[in-house]
Order: sequence, then structure tokens, then C-alpha cells
Amino acid sequence: MSTDADVNASAPAGTDGLVMGKDGMAALVDVLIGRGFTVIGPTVRDGAIVLAELGSADELPYGWGVELEAGRYRLRERSDGAAFANSAGPQSWKSFLHPSRVREWSADRAKGQLVFEADHAPPPRYAFLGVRPCDLRAIAIQDRVLTGGAHRDPVYAGRRSGALLIAVECTEPGATCFCVSMNAGPAAGPGYDLVMTEVVDDDGHRFWIRGGSQEGAEILAELPGRPADPRTREAARAGVTAAADHMGRTMPEADLRELMAGTLDAPRWDDVAGRCLTCGNCTMVCPTCFCTTTEDVTDLTGDHAERWRLWDSCFDLDFSQLHGGPVRSSSRSRYRQWMTHKLGTWYDQFGSSGCVGCGRCIVWCPVGIDITEEAAALHDWAATTGSPDDSPDPDLPHGDGPP
Amino acid sequence: MTTVAPPLPYRVADTWAETADTWSIELVPVGEQLPSFAPGQFAMIYAFGVGEIPVSASGLRGRHGALVHTVRAVGAVSTALCRLRQGDTVGLSGPYGTGWDLRAAVGHDVLVIAGGIGLAPLRPVVHEVLDRPADYGSLTVLVGTRTPADMVYRDEIESWRGPARVEVTVDRPGPAWRGAVGVVTSLLDRLDLRPERTCALVCGPEVMIRHTARDLLVRGLVARRVQVSLERNMRCATGHCGHCQLGPLLLCRDGPVVSYDRVAPLLLVREL
Repeated sequence: MSTDADVNASAPAGTDGLVMGKDGMAALVDVLIGRGFTVIGPTVRDGAIVLAELGSADELPYGWGVELEAGRYRLRERSDGAAFANSAGPQSWKSFLHPSRVREWSADRAKGQLVFEADHAPPPRYAFLGVRPCDLRAIAIQDRVLTGGAHRDPVYAGRRSGALLIAVECTEPGATCFCVSMNAGPAAGPGYDLVMTEVVDDDGHRFWIRGGSQEGAEILAELPGRPADPRTREAARAGVTAAADHMGRTMPEADLRELMAGTLDAPRWDDVAGRCLTCGNCTMVCPTCFCTTTEDVTDLTGDHAERWRLWDSCFDLDFSQLHGGPVRSSSRSRYRQWMTHKLGTWYDQFGSSGCVGCGRCIVWCPVGIDITEEAAALHDWAATTGSPDDSPDPDLPHGDGPP
Repeated sequence: MTTVAPPLPYRVADTWAETADTWSIELVPVGEQLPSFAPGQFAMIYAFGVGEIPVSASGLRGRHGALVHTVRAVGAVSTALCRLRQGDTVGLSGPYGTGWDLRAAVGHDVLVIAGGIGLAPLRPVVHEVLDRPADYGSLTVLVGTRTPADMVYRDEIESWRGPARVEVTVDRPGPAWRGAVGVVTSLLDRLDLRPERTCALVCGPEVMIRHTARDLLVRGLVARRVQVSLERNMRCATGHCGHCQLGPLLLCRDGPVVSYDRVAPLLLVREL
């Protein structure tokens, strides 16, 4: 909790926000915990930067960066002590908003009758510290998928409605990043409660933090810091601008939705199918992949049953299982399903791309399949052959005039 | 709301065999009742401890708000549903999906084409058209099944003859079979279709739907007036689980009934 001394030290939180040091970061975590939030942020564990509950700001990955390549992730020590210069880790915030395993309800059989009971566990109130712009976009996409339609997913909606988002603009993209191509970074888009830009230069290690919501502004007012100075603001903006200029990957300059729809029969799918292990890692690390399956279980008495919801993957053979067998039995069709959904049909279903350019699918693919390389190959193929799917089926009369 | 609403308990009021492996189940609410189903919409039916499957309603006007569902035993859940007895309870949620667009059929001849148990979601359409003959032109029902013994609603189909034209064909006839033999599209040859005034509703295996829809177009129907009910794995029925995708469509949300002009190119892509 803030003390009187903290409050007195704080400058008024104008639109320009504050500049604060590591002590401000420590105070931020304390304020959040004091307000009852479960604070989730990046920390070093098991040779990676993971998202976990933070007891204090000391657990942030100060001085750790990462080296990323297709199929490769390594921690690297940084001399500058930066906390957020480490690109996207293996997890995303969907682990907390859309958990991998949820009990939905239970059913009991008594005297031949079924009695259903909803699961009433109240959702935790999360503060997410260090949401990268690509992940901020991913949360906005999952909002649309899981709460934007006729049916709302109550599990997601409950966790999301209480979540406080503290974004950190990206100044250190990895070699696998391409958020610029997907218009999802490195500057933070809308939707945050607070946003920070980390600066380390001759003037020291500091964070320029601004509010983005009423609650964010209230928290900002409790933090120690000084009014944002022009040098820090300029250094922060320059860092973000420079980040845009050194993305490790790019998507081809094309309408990806059209490209996907027009290349469903491209031979490249056979090529990638020869490499893809259909392990589903790309779907697990993807911050927008939302697919789930259900599992119905009974206990040993046979009179108590539970419905669980688990993450699922379109790479799994059972995913498209019907009574006659799976619709997509080949790995070719399953990779195609994932990529064409992510980059193409997502627009039809939910009004945007399903990809934010975070690069996780490239890093965590055990054989290093690179979605940008695959898109480029499809683009090249479409350019050299024309897209056969554009030509109408001669057997199908099309349209019958205006409705 | 931050909790997932469980299904509502429905009691099995009656159950009867349609064929050796297919049963109809009449379900009445134990307490709270689901909103009413439109023809072609589906329910998720939960068999205690086994799981849940999507099943289109095959009858909407049973006694005391009863719904009828017809289930073929092909997997664990459907087998459990076929083993239900009177008085058992299941969980039911719904109604889900688009249903048949019967407003589009008003003033038109209605051509119902079913393959096997695909007649189940079309049965409420037949009831509707028979109930309101003034709203529709002629009614034709074409049914294809594997063998005569696999035919569902056998007695009821006979009762439709007269107000409706009914044709049945089988793939493999027995010695007693006197009717047509062959795929259901062969029955189209016998009809005097008025393609510009006909609305066709098609349900069956996907391959049957594909061939039937294309034959209808060859006979002059426009794709927009051919409605098809498609099937995919459905886990949530609310557009959140991703299993039921057919290219751009989430079939639980955008289907299961879709007009053929939307899906014709998609059905031509293998393993989409």
C-alpha cells in the first residue's frame, strides 16, 4: 500500500504520466497487491522467461534477455539490467484468462434423477504486469472471439472483466517477431489500464508510465516518480520506433485473407506437411488460439460426474472426428487448417486476423516451421501460377440476380 | 455471469426403435424448459458421465413441451442415448444453430431430400408444410437409405403420401423390396420440377449432399434456394471451441443449415 510519504513524492499524474525508477516498479507491484490483485508478470524459471504470480518486483527478469530463432529459445544475460527487453516468452496471458483446464459443472445422480450444479469458484482478480503490444492485441482478439458474439464464454468474461492490463511497449523485438506486419506493435494499442516504456541510457534505468483508464490513473497517483521529462519521452519513443525497424521477420505484403483462400490447393502444403510433426505446440503457445474440447468424467461411485473443458488443438487427429473418421486426417490438411484459420478465415469469423506477429509459433515449433516463410512461399506460388480457386467451378451456376 | 450454465435436466418420456441401431427419444423438461426449437436447430444432449453430442430435433410438438430426437448408435454417447429407458434423465441445452429458412420457402414448392438419418432434422419441415398447405406449393419428399431395414419413420412416411409426393430408394434391396434402387439423386429424374419455384432442403452424408446439390443446380435450381444441413464435430455449440469449422464457417453458429451458394466452393476442397 502507498504511504503518505509515497503520495507526497508523487507528481500529479497528467496525461504525460510519470518517470519512475526501479523503486517505482517495486511500489507498483506493492500497490497492486495492496489493492487485492493477483499480480502476474514475467520472471525467470526453468531456463525461460515465464509468466507467474509475483510477490514483489524483485522477481521481474531484470538483466535477462532472450535469443530467439526458429525452433530455438535461449536466455541471455544483459548488461543493462533491463526488465522487459526479452520478447515474448512461451506463455501468453490466455493461460490466465482462458485456462487450459476448467471445471464447468458437475452432475449427481440421486434416486434416478440428475441434478446439475454450476461451478461457482469466483474468478481471481488479475493484474497483468508487462503485457506486450502484440499480446495486448491478442487479448482484444480473444475478447471478440469469446465475448463478442451471441454467446459469451462466462469463464473468460469473468476473468477478463476484473483484469488490469499494464502494457510495456516493445523496445527489443526478437529475431522471430513480426508485429509490424500484423499492425500489432511495437507501440501499444488501446485497451491498457497503464502503459510503460522502459529506457536505459546514460540518464539511468527508468520507466515512463502513463494511465489509460480511470483505475490506471488512480494507481499511477500512488506511485513515486517525477513528471515525464522531454529527454525520457524522446528516448522512449525513439526506442519504440527503432524496434519497428528491426523486426526479425515480415509477412509478405499481400492481403493474407485472399492469399489463404486462393492457395488451398498449393503444393506447398505437401512440403510443410513433410516437416510438421502435428504436435500442436504452435497452437499451445499462440496467444489467440482458443480451441477447446470437453471431457466428461465420473468418480468411482458412478454417481458423480464432472464436465471439464481443456485446451485442444486443430493438429490433433480427434479434433475433426466424426462417426466416419476425422475430416482432416492428413497432416497437410491440419497444418493448412491452422494457418488458413489464423491468417484468413479468422477475418470471416471474427472480423480480424488471428495473428499478432508475436513469433511464438516459430520459436516453439520443434522443427522450426516459420509461418512467415510459409506465407511467403504461398505468395510466390500464387504469383507464379495464379490462384486456381479464383476461377469459378464450371458446374456451378453462380448467383441468380439480386435477392 | 461467471459460471458456465449446466444443461437442463430432461426426462425420457418415451423411447422407441426406429431401426436396429436407431432410436427416437421423447424428452420432457423436469423443471425449467428450454426455449422452443425451430425446425433444423439442434440440442446438445448429455448422457450422464459419458458425454454430450449435438442432435437436431426430429419432432417439436410432442406432449407437454416434449422434444423428439432421433439418434443412431455410432459412438459412446449416441450408444448411451440409444440405451435410455423411460424415466431416465439426460441433460439438454439449446436450441442451437440456424435451422431451415422456411420463410424463404413460403410460396415455393418444397423439395425435401434426405439420406438415411438425415430425414430426422427434416421431419419438422414436413410437419410444418403439411400443417400449412396454403403457405407453400407442392411438397415432395425424397428419401434414400442403405437398405429397407434402415429406413426411419417408415409408417409415418406412408402417412405423408397424398398431401405430399413421397419417393424412397435404397442402395441394397432385399427380396421383398418393390421400390426404387439407387442413389437418392436418381429420384430427381422422375420429378417434374419447377426449378424457378422450388426451394430444396437437403440433409444426409456430406457426399450425398454434394451430389444432390449439384444435380439440383443442373436441373435449374439456383444455389441460393438449396439449403443443406452440414455436420462437423461440435463440442460447445456456441462458436467457442473451434471444432466445427468449415473454412470461414463455424457450423454451430453459421449452420448447421446453410444455403448452398455459401458452401459450394468449400465442399469442393478435400479435407477442409
